[in-house]
Amino acid sequence: MYFATEVLEQSRETREKWEDEVRRAIAKKADKKPEALCSTVSSLPIKRLYTPEDIEGLDFARDIGAPGQFPFTRGNQITGYRGRYWTFRMFSGMGSALTTNERWHMLLREGQTGLSTAFDYPTLMGYDTDSPKARGECGKCGVAIDTLEDFLKLVEGIPLNRVTTSMTINPPATVLWAMYCAAAEIKGVPLSQIGGTIQNDMLKEFIAQKTFMCPPEPSIKLVSDTVEFGTRYVPRWNTISISGYHIREAGATAVQELAFTLRDGMEYVEDVRNRKKIDVDEFAPRLSFFFNSHIDFFEEIAKFRAARRIWAQVMRDRYKAKNPRSWWMRFHTQTAGCSLTAQQPYNNIIRTALEALSAVLGGTQSLHTNSLDEVLCLPSDHAVQIALRTQQIIAEETGVTNTIDPLAGSYFVEALTNEMERQAWDYIQKIDEMGGMIAAIEKGYPQLEIADAAYNYQRQLEEGEKVMVGVNKYESAEEPTIKLVEIDDKVEKQQIANLKALRRRRDNKALKAALENLKSACQKGENVMPYCIEAVKSLASVQEICDVYREVYGEYRDPGLF
Amino acid sequence: MAKRKLRVMVAKPGLDGHDRGARILARYFRDAGYEVIYTGCHQTPEQIAAAALQEDVDLVGLSCLSGAHRYLFPAVVKALKAKNAEDICVIGGGIIPEQDFPMLYKAGIKAIFTPGATLESIVEWIDKNITIKEI
Repeated sequence: MYFATEVLEQSRETREKWEDEVRRAIAKKADKKPEALCSTVSSLPIKRLYTPEDIEGLDFARDIGAPGQFPFTRGNQITGYRGRYWTFRMFSGMGSALTTNERWHMLLREGQTGLSTAFDYPTLMGYDTDSPKARGECGKCGVAIDTLEDFLKLVEGIPLNRVTTSMTINPPATVLWAMYCAAAEIKGVPLSQIGGTIQNDMLKEFIAQKTFMCPPEPSIKLVSDTVEFGTRYVPRWNTISISGYHIREAGATAVQELAFTLRDGMEYVEDVRNRKKIDVDEFAPRLSFFFNSHIDFFEEIAKFRAARRIWAQVMRDRYKAKNPRSWWMRFHTQTAGCSLTAQQPYNNIIRTALEALSAVLGGTQSLHTNSLDEVLCLPSDHAVQIALRTQQIIAEETGVTNTIDPLAGSYFVEALTNEMERQAWDYIQKIDEMGGMIAAIEKGYPQLEIADAAYNYQRQLEEGEKVMVGVNKYESAEEPTIKLVEIDDKVEKQQIANLKALRRRRDNKALKAALENLKSACQKGENVMPYCIEAVKSLASVQEICDVYREVYGEYRDPGLF
Repeated sequence: MAKRKLRVMVAKPGLDGHDRGARILARYFRDAGYEVIYTGCHQTPEQIAAAALQEDVDLVGLSCLSGAHRYLFPAVVKALKAKNAEDICVIGGGIIPEQDFPMLYKAGIKAIFTPGATLESIVEWIDKNITIKEI
């Protein structure tokens, strides 16, 4: 038991006395803050006061423990942030590979410690810049990559054996990772030395982010191929970043983000185990996660703590993993894009700082902080610098990195952590009963749960039950002018010209053979990675490879649920 | 003569997957009493025009947050014109910088709604500006 009986008895007495006083006080003068506003951003009700009674059933060893010890509520790292800070990893990509490479070098000069790539929509969806479907999109939301030649420009001057690179890429994850592997080979860096992450989480694409290509089943097969290849040949690579970020941005509550992400993770573990017959301890240590840090300060901290605890239990008890590293939930965090406002955009600096602080207090191991102008356009150099400095100020000025998990033991934070865990398990069990996440997705279950939450939040905003400063309260008539970063339409023209020239000069016979080999591997159910690497080395484009996948596996269409 | 319900299509042109706003709007339109068709993500301008015609809608609401609206929104208007369906009103929303408004209006987009626009204000605009076809 966490508290001695006498403490609980005292707590009950003092609480009851205080509650009487509260009743008298509000009888005289009603609360200024309406009841409707006293819940989290996810509409989780919050009490006015938490006491030892709220965590009566807590068991210190079972539920909290020490950093680096099961169940890792207090973090994976034994030495905490004194040992090393989280990785300062700013998500960036814009226009051409050359422009993005310049931004990367700028960020590294300014103290960023890891790279993170944003690709444009054609790349994300497996189309070339000159595809009719790609018109108008080139370089707009990220960097345009068509072939290995672009990729080599992207990583020019980046020490691939020292800097780790994350790539937000999903349906064409095999292709972009193959390009990274090929680039490493060209630069003379062995695969065993490169480190990084491909997002490669297809389940959340169907649930939330909506960059999909093939149907769920073959999509998961490709994911498991990368896990197998990474386990054998690229041991420092995180082959999946199981992502709640996009689930949250689509409008999910914190609990939904937590539950759906964890259940997605379980689906991948089961698929790799069943399909590839690899022991869970061989691949589980390289599974990584990615969460959102939203504006509700304590709800997020509780979510992060609960996430580590649930995953540790799942890996040890459900999947019988024996290696403690398999029990670790390592995660990257990004502050919530959807919490930012186009109105009074400088306020976004404050929101991002608070969200980053809760990610740090929740023990994140990697962090992206949004720029103040990201709700309007691609971030400017100046805005990105402020965002990066926000992390550096938290790390080096505020003192919060001096001690590990400083909020442990708080009646409120522990109770909220328990509550998040309990509610997440309810969802996980429901999805188990449906037959797993793929079955649930086919029913539209997580999609509609999120749609309900998103709709509910929007209605609350419009009815003033939730506040967004500058949007539905404290509006200004005058808005500051922000200089927007624009991607010139010339970027698309140039990218298309480069691609057409490359198609003429490459050895198209060798290319055709490589694509044929890839196709045959897909048909036979072999691991596609070695064939994919050969294809990118023959200068196959992203679309040429993805067209093979589309041909063999078929295409998925958005069912358009709302 | 009897009037039918207003028929609106919420459409996501291009490769953009940010559909939170589009889906919230589709649901709100339904609650507002409209008949709603939602295309889902990843539609080409031609697909949207064909669906709008087939579904005989009064209005198409386009949503784009990827920055490709400068190409995609006018392309939808053009595709409707090519099918002699320029009477279908096209409005748009998403991350649209103000500096792009003039070119979009010129291309035939009738209204643009950006982050912070309330659902109510969008429905108000529609009720004021769209006349329901008579049966």
